[in-house]
Amino acid sequence: MKREHVTIDGNEAAAYVAHKLNEVICIYPITPSSNMGEWADEWSAAGRKNLWGTIPSVTEMQSEGGAAGAIHGALQTGALSTTFTASQGLLLMLPNMLKIAGELTSTVFHVSARTVASHALSIFGDHSDVMMARQTGFAMLASNSVQEVMDMALIAQAATLEGRLPVLHFFDGFRTSHEVMKIEQLTDDDLRAMIDDDLIRAHRERALTPERPVLRGTAQNPDVFFQARETVNPYYNAFPDVVQKAMDKFARVVGRKYKLFDYYGSPTAERVIVIMGSGAETVEETVDFLNKRGENIGVLKVRLFRPFDTKRFIEALPKSVKSIAVLDRTKEPGASGEPMYQDVLTATTELFINNKLPFAFPKIIGGRYGLSSKEFTPAMVKAVYDEMKKENPKNHFTVGINDDVTFTSLEYDASFSTEPDDVVRAMFYGLGADGTVGANKNSIKIIGEDTSNYAQGYFVYDSKKSGSTTTSHLRFGPRPIHSTYLIERANFVACHQWFFLEKYDVLRNAIPNATFLLNSFYGPDQVWDQLPRHIQQQIIDKKIKFYVIDGYKVAQATGMGARVNTIMQTCFFAISGVLPKDEAIAAIKNSIKKTYGKKGDQIVQQNYAAVDQTLANLHEVKIPAAVSSKIEMPPVVSDKAPDFVKNVTAGIIAGFGDSLPVSVFPKDGTFPTGTAQWEKRNIALEIPIWDETGTCIQCNKCAIVCPHAAIRVKVYDPKELATSPSTFKSMDYKGVEYKGMKYTVQVAPEDCTGCGICVDICPAKNKKETRLKAINMTEQPPIRERERANYDFFLSLPETDRRTIKMDSVKGSQFAQPLFEYSGACTGCGETPYVKLATQMFGDRMIVANATGCSSIYGGNLPTTPWTFNHEGRGPAWSNSLFEDNAEFGLGMRLSIDKQHQMAMEIVEKMKSEIGDDLADAILNANQSDEPGIYEQRQRVEDLKKKLAGMNSSDAKRLLTLADMLVKKSVWIMGGDGWAYDIGYGGLDHVIASGKNVNILVLDTEVYSNTGGQMSKATPRAAVAKFAAAGKPLGKKDLGRIAMQYGNVYVAQIAMGYNDAQTVRAFMEAESYDGPSLIIAYSHCIAHGINMTKGMTNQKYAVECGHWPTYRFDPRLAQEGKNPLKLDSKAPKIKFEEYAYMETRYKMLTKSHPREAKELMKLAQEDVEARWKALESLAAETPGNGAAPAPAAPVKPAPSTN
Amino acid sequence: MDLSTNYLGLHLRNPLVASASPLSRSLDSMKRLEDSGASAIVMYSLFEEQIAHEAAELNHYLSYGTESFAESLTYFPESQEYNLGPDEYIELLHAAKEKLSIPVIGSLNGISVGGWIDYAKKIEQAGADALELNVYYIPTDPELTGQEVEDRYLEVLHAVKQAIKVPVAMKLSPFFSSMAHMAKRLDTAGANGLVLFNRFYQPDIDLETLEVVPGVVLSTPMAMRLPLRWIAILHGKVKASLAATSGVHTAQDVIKMLMAGADVTMMCSALLKHGPQHVTTVLSEVRQWMLEHEYVSVSQMKGSMSQKSVADPAAFERANYMKALNQYKVII
Repeated sequence: MKREHVTIDGNEAAAYVAHKLNEVICIYPITPSSNMGEWADEWSAAGRKNLWGTIPSVTEMQSEGGAAGAIHGALQTGALSTTFTASQGLLLMLPNMLKIAGELTSTVFHVSARTVASHALSIFGDHSDVMMARQTGFAMLASNSVQEVMDMALIAQAATLEGRLPVLHFFDGFRTSHEVMKIEQLTDDDLRAMIDDDLIRAHRERALTPERPVLRGTAQNPDVFFQARETVNPYYNAFPDVVQKAMDKFARVVGRKYKLFDYYGSPTAERVIVIMGSGAETVEETVDFLNKRGENIGVLKVRLFRPFDTKRFIEALPKSVKSIAVLDRTKEPGASGEPMYQDVLTATTELFINNKLPFAFPKIIGGRYGLSSKEFTPAMVKAVYDEMKKENPKNHFTVGINDDVTFTSLEYDASFSTEPDDVVRAMFYGLGADGTVGANKNSIKIIGEDTSNYAQGYFVYDSKKSGSTTTSHLRFGPRPIHSTYLIERANFVACHQWFFLEKYDVLRNAIPNATFLLNSFYGPDQVWDQLPRHIQQQIIDKKIKFYVIDGYKVAQATGMGARVNTIMQTCFFAISGVLPKDEAIAAIKNSIKKTYGKKGDQIVQQNYAAVDQTLANLHEVKIPAAVSSKIEMPPVVSDKAPDFVKNVTAGIIAGFGDSLPVSVFPKDGTFPTGTAQWEKRNIALEIPIWDETGTCIQCNKCAIVCPHAAIRVKVYDPKELATSPSTFKSMDYKGVEYKGMKYTVQVAPEDCTGCGICVDICPAKNKKETRLKAINMTEQPPIRERERANYDFFLSLPETDRRTIKMDSVKGSQFAQPLFEYSGACTGCGETPYVKLATQMFGDRMIVANATGCSSIYGGNLPTTPWTFNHEGRGPAWSNSLFEDNAEFGLGMRLSIDKQHQMAMEIVEKMKSEIGDDLADAILNANQSDEPGIYEQRQRVEDLKKKLAGMNSSDAKRLLTLADMLVKKSVWIMGGDGWAYDIGYGGLDHVIASGKNVNILVLDTEVYSNTGGQMSKATPRAAVAKFAAAGKPLGKKDLGRIAMQYGNVYVAQIAMGYNDAQTVRAFMEAESYDGPSLIIAYSHCIAHGINMTKGMTNQKYAVECGHWPTYRFDPRLAQEGKNPLKLDSKAPKIKFEEYAYMETRYKMLTKSHPREAKELMKLAQEDVEARWKALESLAAETPGNGAAPAPAAPVKPAPSTN
Repeated sequence: MDLSTNYLGLHLRNPLVASASPLSRSLDSMKRLEDSGASAIVMYSLFEEQIAHEAAELNHYLSYGTESFAESLTYFPESQEYNLGPDEYIELLHAAKEKLSIPVIGSLNGISVGGWIDYAKKIEQAGADALELNVYYIPTDPELTGQEVEDRYLEVLHAVKQAIKVPVAMKLSPFFSSMAHMAKRLDTAGANGLVLFNRFYQPDIDLETLEVVPGVVLSTPMAMRLPLRWIAILHGKVKASLAATSGVHTAQDVIKMLMAGADVTMMCSALLKHGPQHVTTVLSEVRQWMLEHEYVSVSQMKGSMSQKSVADPAAFERANYMKALNQYKVII
């Protein structure tokens, strides 16, 4: 069987082999490994068989812990089984991994190695997770490139079957897992040749079966455990030989040769770097480059890290070695060195002590590099080799950063490059929405598969979910590509969006004589005068060839909308000459057919038309001799920003985060809030503009639904208008509560994402022209300056006194300042309106425990974060612990606050005479049930602090530190359905059963949104999700009814788009309830495949069809002898399918699995009817008469002082 | 008594055809129509816009938000294939042809001579006995002339006729400057039948929401007067078969249409209102009427009251308007 060349990424390469060689696969999504599970699931769903002709069973579990447990069980009963994971997921698997290894069980876990969260979470790659698994007893095998991922996946499987040690096969997250490379794909014959059927039989014979019953998993005592633990030694001793044997066999079958430790470089090298993972590729490239220029160096690539074969390690080093630098992609704080450094040191020392070291004891230094996918470039590699030359080289160094605190870092010459001239190095700046990355992935496939060139693609995304910028790095060349770092010296740069010119220095990486392609509104004769000065300067200085195309126009003319991908791709091929023009066009069209063919001929034809119209619109620009532009790049942040934002945040925003030194960062992961306001993203093409001339009914609905707090309302004294900009709009306030005051609706022009939800929800229509409402979408650029001034003035208007606000109404709540603003959430996000509302109502006394997921990313991902504070400096304090522990994390906060409150109360009581009876009694008996009550208590606490400041007793000092706890604090536990229904459900259940006063907000999008839409137990029947490609066969878990069973939990199910007033009431009641509260909020989501502008309409339909009945279950009512359950929505009035088929997640099933769609839709209809009947009957029961849930526990089982 | 008739060259057991309606969306209801006596079924219409829109929508939402954020590069599993546009339609048509013994006529609704005409071929390949082209077009552009509008109809007809061999009927609106001339042009261009008339669903205004709403209403028997007149006028002047549709609710309506010159009458609103069994009732009443009035066959009465057969041909023309107006005045 001939081996094909394929262009795929590391995850696909691992999944390809894993799916072929396993029978049971249990998975759980976690970045960057999710794709491996998704591939396996898709292939099984499509009926792809494994090597032995059966379709592997793929099962999604509730957590990685669950996946590991299931795999353990599957292995124990004889199936060939695997899983995929990374980071925290791997940590959750550790207990099972110890068992699996202790029981000498053959399996391979494929891990795309990722940073483990410490001072911060990071989704990117390093070895901190796999290093945590060193004690599990798993063998550990590293792959350094996409080709190696496929090869080692097979070698690992062969070795585990023979040697019985389970193998953790790992490769670098993102750098390898997501790098697209042209590789040679192994054939079934290769796989068959490597896998010994007798060993599979032996694996099965070791399985648990009642036919040959045995017992495994005993408990052992001090007398025998130790000895029994040592029985495995022979397997560990033999395993390196087993792996090498598999590698040797692989070399015979496939041709590629591997060793446990692969040395590359000069046979007489004196300086050797020891390294593992993708960085080894860059070191190899640098070694080649430097040796050709007279250096005498080498690199030792560690492949089998565990069991560490000391003898082979030493043998692999050249006898000439005098200096070794061990590079670890992890940090082990407090250790005497990083793990591999210690191994190398131990190995060398052991052999030295035993007089077996075949060379003089070398200098050995260790260093860290590449944490969280930090770039690792030839310049850094050279710095390490240069350091090794020194008499006293730095040990425990870092490379790639500037450590100006403990001075660990090596300096490097960033201009050093090893990139050969015959490699095309192309960078593309695009928007997520314009399809740039997809087109580039296709380009790599075209070049990889239609030419003899090697091809590599790597893609960088920013951390925002709306208006995100992408940078594609593509390399093509005649030899295999080892450059596992971003392009620094581009000979082709394409800028797919005009507005990037004023945001980024897109030509920063362009080398002299490079080519620049710009998507431009302006033609070849006009464009020059429109370019910023720095762009003109670089074009002239670097003698850049400059091309323009009006891709927007071609896209418009061919029905492509915003997607300029195909057009820009055609330009790239036309200019770069990678392929002859006609061949390139034929290849692009062929690729279009492959990509879009199944989505209908019309899409294919549109793309064809775009290709055909492109060349006529592509023009080279004549470059003038001198720079003429006066257009400068605007400052990244305003001058008014705080120093930290100016000095640190701005650098990150501008893309210079890599050059920030250690000293500027907080030491413990603590960051200021209120930073999103300084990042003016200007991503909206259109923004809403208010019509103050009479149409507006002042309902404030526009403000409550805004996902980004970018449209706001205020009432204020007319006198304030004296200094307003001339274009600032206002009208008389219509209600009685603020009679005589002025009212304004104002948009934040540079923060609005242009989703249009506010306009969609606006109920007021212009009487003269009904297409107009009280707010209307208007083109942003022409009014940006004007509205910026208006918004600045709006912000300067005083905030409404919270004591006067009718907080339990939609209208009133919107006069409270949002303390969650301008997040990076998706345009039109369905979650953030709820989060923002909570901050308006309780933000100035709120502490948030946020589960990992969308909300922790748009809430806490640098550079800027949306949680903010009011003019008094008060606002939500926010933290994210993990994905699985969020409820417990929040409960801990509550326990701590309660305790501190209690201690403060005790001291106040004790110090009554010193404080004064009146003040003490007022504090002790304060009613803090409403805003005036809280305000007054704050005043008392201020008085108290003043008094305490003058006292010297230990009680006074203690009370001073605790006094703020006398003011009511509101603990909020927030997260998505993946957390609440699946991975964190056990904790959530325990926390609501605790009776403590916590408020739990479940932002239910019915899928794991953050990792790309995988099924959770909240996913409804008949909906398609990842891991449920044929539609979810079972109904949604009813979390609300489960919680109601406790009787003492406040439960509300809400949907803002159906009833915003009920939403506000639910928040009010939940917070006021002195016990656990659970709010389950329907959150429309981009992963539903809907028109995000109409998200609130989808919410309405979800309720009206009965899928999402809204209700409130208040245990306080039961205490009053009333039924605690109040159904707020009406009986279903439309069919479930009328709602469902508004959404692609349901509709696509009718296109992909029509028969199943019909059947599941029928069952889904039955689901909603049954759910409604059950709720209706619960709500109708008379308390004491049977079925209505009576409190199973006292409403307040444990004292909670707030 | 012989109720049989010929339509588009098809021999039908009676002149009552179920026209394009939601009743042909399932095999079950199609079977019930056949069992109730319908002599042929026109399948529900496959809309050009629907085909295009469906593909565009699916592509848009499956790719919306993708390749933007490192953790969620896609949001949906990749399906191996999608059953897009006409696939479901074609499958149903195919199943209907296997299960039913009466002719099944496909229906395409559109205006452009685009790729959708390929679907005509697919409908033919699935076994349709004929194809009805419903050219539903509202010319709102003041620059567009009547001639251009008419030419579009003919272009579509030409394209479809070239693509398939089964008979093609054109379902028309009455809004032509010269209906008779238009009918003649289509007839000359090879239309095998003319279906008179398409009911344009007229939009309505919702006074509460201030929105334009579709406002679909079923036809009333009064709606039959327009096709009745034009069938009577066209009978004998064109080679194409004539089908009467709009407002055919009762046996009397059927008989009147046949007398005016229709080869078949098509029923939709009445069937939606009363169910497929209404066909049985109407057919039975037609038989009863024919018996009572001593007609022995449909062919005997077909066209007997057409313009060329009646004593006063002007009754179908302007003179008739004057007469009607005078009567109206008398009544008030």
